[in-house]
Amino acid sequence: MRLHRVAAIALRQFYLMRGSPARVLPLFAWVAIDIVLWGFITRYLNTVASPGFDFVPVLLGAVLLWDFFTRVMHGVTMAFLEDVWSRNFLNLFASPLAIHEYLGGLVLSGIATSSAGLLLMVALATMVFGLSFFAYGLALVPFLLVLFLFGIALGIFGSALVLRFGPASEWLVWPLPAILSPFAAVFYPVSTLPQWMRHVSRLLPPTHVFEGMRAIVAGGAYQAIPLLWGAALALAYILLASGFFAHVHRLAVRTGLLARYSAESVS
Amino acid sequence: MTPKVLSVNRLRRVFGDTTAVDGISFEVGRNEIVGLLGPNGAGKTTTINMILGVLAPSSGSIRVEGLDIPASRALALDRTNFAAVYAPLPGNLTVSQNLRVFGLLYGVKDLPGRIGDLLDRFDLKGREDVKCGVLSSGEQTRLCLVKALLNLPRLLLLDEPTASLDPATARDIRARIREFVAHTHGGVLWTSHNMYEVADVCDRVLFLSRGKILLSGNPRTLPREHGKDTLEELFITVAREPLALERA
Repeated sequence: MRLHRVAAIALRQFYLMRGSPARVLPLFAWVAIDIVLWGFITRYLNTVASPGFDFVPVLLGAVLLWDFFTRVMHGVTMAFLEDVWSRNFLNLFASPLAIHEYLGGLVLSGIATSSAGLLLMVALATMVFGLSFFAYGLALVPFLLVLFLFGIALGIFGSALVLRFGPASEWLVWPLPAILSPFAAVFYPVSTLPQWMRHVSRLLPPTHVFEGMRAIVAGGAYQAIPLLWGAALALAYILLASGFFAHVHRLAVRTGLLARYSAESVS
Repeated sequence: MTPKVLSVNRLRRVFGDTTAVDGISFEVGRNEIVGLLGPNGAGKTTTINMILGVLAPSSGSIRVEGLDIPASRALALDRTNFAAVYAPLPGNLTVSQNLRVFGLLYGVKDLPGRIGDLLDRFDLKGREDVKCGVLSSGEQTRLCLVKALLNLPRLLLLDEPTASLDPATARDIRARIREFVAHTHGGVLWTSHNMYEVADVCDRVLFLSRGKILLSGNPRTLPREHGKDTLEELFITVAREPLALERA
């Protein structure tokens, strides 16, 4: 892997962000709206629910972590879509750039944009609604790491879908986190789900994060094994998604799709 | 023996029932400009796409300085570059931002110096901070050529590089490309529909029709060898009556 090529992809995203408030604003706007909305909902629920139970770390914490995961995924996908929208594939893929270097650059861009969103989320949730991250203890670090890894995997998978089915298929990508959310047990325990959904749920890394988060808030011990399983799953998904992207790229070179990508062909 | 800059051997590409490129073989040597000519749909861009590694051949081989594409893709493309009207640089970055990004991709040494030198040569000095999307078509074409020369490529692929330039600028561009070929030991594969330009700049031409090379030779002597007065007449014959030439 040549780092200067990875840096080139990330630099392009940096230039795009730096010169465009319209690109920077969504990094903060949606997460801010989510935190404010759910912050007031949890505040209201605390007034009507039985005393002693605090909804803030359970609901608002879940919203914050889920938003972080979504930001990571969108960060990777947005970086890819910028190349789709500016019809830049021929320039990029006719250069010495390798697929893993390209994906490395997309991930680097995703790290930068999601970190910016995370900082704002944490600041808002802590200062306005009193969410204390000390409630999760040191487990917060692996929580974020697992969500971060799975966000990357889903971002790469979404990008591969767009590469395969053409620019018009980007609508397939945006709802991916929403499709997964009922299975990922973001706001309720896995035990709430019917049996068949639980099987799917256990294969999703975020499930292990949110189950762990609820266990800690309920006063239970930090469960390292499920979280390690979640991290292993997320790493496996990154490998699978990267393999899928490389396969789609090879297919696009073989069929000629890459050379005439802007024609939005699916053939 | 030093390998040719480009060696294409029995290259073939089939799309369904259509054979776009039909077993062509040719070479581009050092300090040589080879014109790849032919009517629309003859297979020129398909050939260029295969050389650039963005389209897989159905069969045959492509070597850049002896390096096989796709086996040594990154090494081969490291010493290749291209400019084409259908591949403009992203319009949402400025001239200097795009060139820095592509300079990094190609690992160009002393990038600021190289960018400054090329912008000067291609008359784009003072346009560094302009978004590429608002450049005139002539400026965009010149910028694509700057990007194509950033890494001092051994093989330069130019797909109608002067299509949107006025005659004076086109002449300057041809002079720059000739200068590049003379000073860098590079080779150029050049497609164009401007036969005057081809005769002026190319050392050798290949006439492509329906995916096959029908004729090849010196663009200044080839028309006479086939009973035509000009390269343009020969081109029209190739485009309209390729079978007559195949039989000849």
